[in-house]
Amino acid sequence: MREELLAILEKNSRIDFKELAVLLGVEEIAVLEELEKLEKEGIICGYHTLINWEKTSIEKVTALIEVKVTPQRGQGFDRIAERIYNYPEVKAVYLISGGYDLLVTLEEKTLKEIANFVSDKLSTLDSVLSTATHFILKKYKDHGTIINKKSSDEREVITP
Amino acid sequence: MRNFLSDKVTALKPSGIRKFFDIVNEMKDAISLGVGEPDFDTPWHIRDEGIYALERGRTFYTSNAGLKDLREEIANYLKRTQGIHYNPDNEILVTVGGSEAIDIGLRAIINPGDEVIIPQPSYVSYEPCAILAGAKPVIIELKAENEFRLKPDELLNAITDKTKILILPYPNNPTGAIMEKEDLEAVARIIKEKDILVMSDEIYAALTYKGKHVSIASLDGMKERTILINGFSKAYAMTGWRLGFACAPKEITAQMTKIHQYAIMCAPTTSQYAAVSALRNGDNDVEMMRQSYNQRRRFLLNAFKEMGLECFEPYGAFYVFPCIKEFNMTSEEFATKLLMEEKVAVVPGTAFGECGEGFVRISYAYSLENLKEALSRIENFIKKHRKE
Repeated sequence: MREELLAILEKNSRIDFKELAVLLGVEEIAVLEELEKLEKEGIICGYHTLINWEKTSIEKVTALIEVKVTPQRGQGFDRIAERIYNYPEVKAVYLISGGYDLLVTLEEKTLKEIANFVSDKLSTLDSVLSTATHFILKKYKDHGTIINKKSSDEREVITP
Repeated sequence: MRNFLSDKVTALKPSGIRKFFDIVNEMKDAISLGVGEPDFDTPWHIRDEGIYALERGRTFYTSNAGLKDLREEIANYLKRTQGIHYNPDNEILVTVGGSEAIDIGLRAIINPGDEVIIPQPSYVSYEPCAILAGAKPVIIELKAENEFRLKPDELLNAITDKTKILILPYPNNPTGAIMEKEDLEAVARIIKEKDILVMSDEIYAALTYKGKHVSIASLDGMKERTILINGFSKAYAMTGWRLGFACAPKEITAQMTKIHQYAIMCAPTTSQYAAVSALRNGDNDVEMMRQSYNQRRRFLLNAFKEMGLECFEPYGAFYVFPCIKEFNMTSEEFATKLLMEEKVAVVPGTAFGECGEGFVRISYAYSLENLKEALSRIENFIKKHRKE
């Protein structure tokens, strides 16, 4: 049940436990217990909402920043990653294999704020060797959801 | 002018669904639960393969029996899902949907006067195909109290010395019924004893919600008596690609191929290339869709229970077949009133045989949001008509 439960929640975190119980064909209490376990074990880390900010009047600029760093003795990349992810404007930090080490997603109101973050905060960290900043121009698909998907049922209304 | 029309064709009843379709089609804001095809798009890798085939100019006829690659993948599929070994060279024929396979399968074996046993309620084309092939259809009226499974005594009572073949449509459209291994074994014993054939229409095989689907062809001594029909429409959400297949003993396949060769030439080439990808890389897609249908199935059954609407638990396809006898209406009246009063379209059970009277077919090939809205309308309708 765990895998199926997670698959449903990943698409719709607002669904309540009663409906989950029906869809999964199990008792409500079993759903509640499983949810509690998943939260306790840190498997469910949050119940977020996917927002298409472009459609609001709120300005947001998102940048993906490739960062090359020098790993530190005994700490590897964890320490430097922590120094970066503690900034609230940093939305995601991933350790990456390949041409660079950390991929940082940064969200700000303006391009200038991003520039400032990179030059003042990120580049000045001791272990940071270099950065390359990419701005997101348009989101086509995010978290498995196609943004602006037009859906209409093109099937015939009744078929045998 | 003379009447040029064929008597046999003129005498065929038009599909019971057609009339209803015209009414629903007129209503712009109706919610339809009347569709017999998946709501999912064909998985992208399959569509991509179709596009690629077109780009490379693979737009010619294939061999009559279908692409060798595809027949080999079909053989692999049946081996891994059912443990049945079919020879891709002479026991597998790629057809234009399961529908063509039904038609030519019957035509390949019927002599005038032969009887074809058809359990109903079932898909609309078996009876007309049997008639067009020159056979006499013998209907078995399946019973709700048996969960619409075919019982051995029902089969025995229908068999005469003219019986040639039994059509076995499970998982079933419209009832959602399945036949489990024990049910099939009882039927298989009779088929062997009475020396008849079986056409097993397993188009919904991948959509089974209680254990894995078992094909009657996998039972001892049954492969040589079975025309197995399956296809890509339901499992891979590929209805419009028009692609199915038939597997049968090589003597029967050879005759079917002859009809196919003269009537059709070959199944659509683009679809065949796409289908290779479906069988090679599509298992996860099928499982994802199956899981989704299963959730909706549970949702509907729970909603019916809460409304107090009688419905046996179906374990296959994407239909539920609730009983509406308590409302003192015929299936057609019920469906028409539901459409007029609440703008929800369901299909009267009688579209699938007279014994479908007292039932309606509700498809759950719709999103949960859609189903929720439709169900709340059905609940209104039921409450109102219970009072009357």
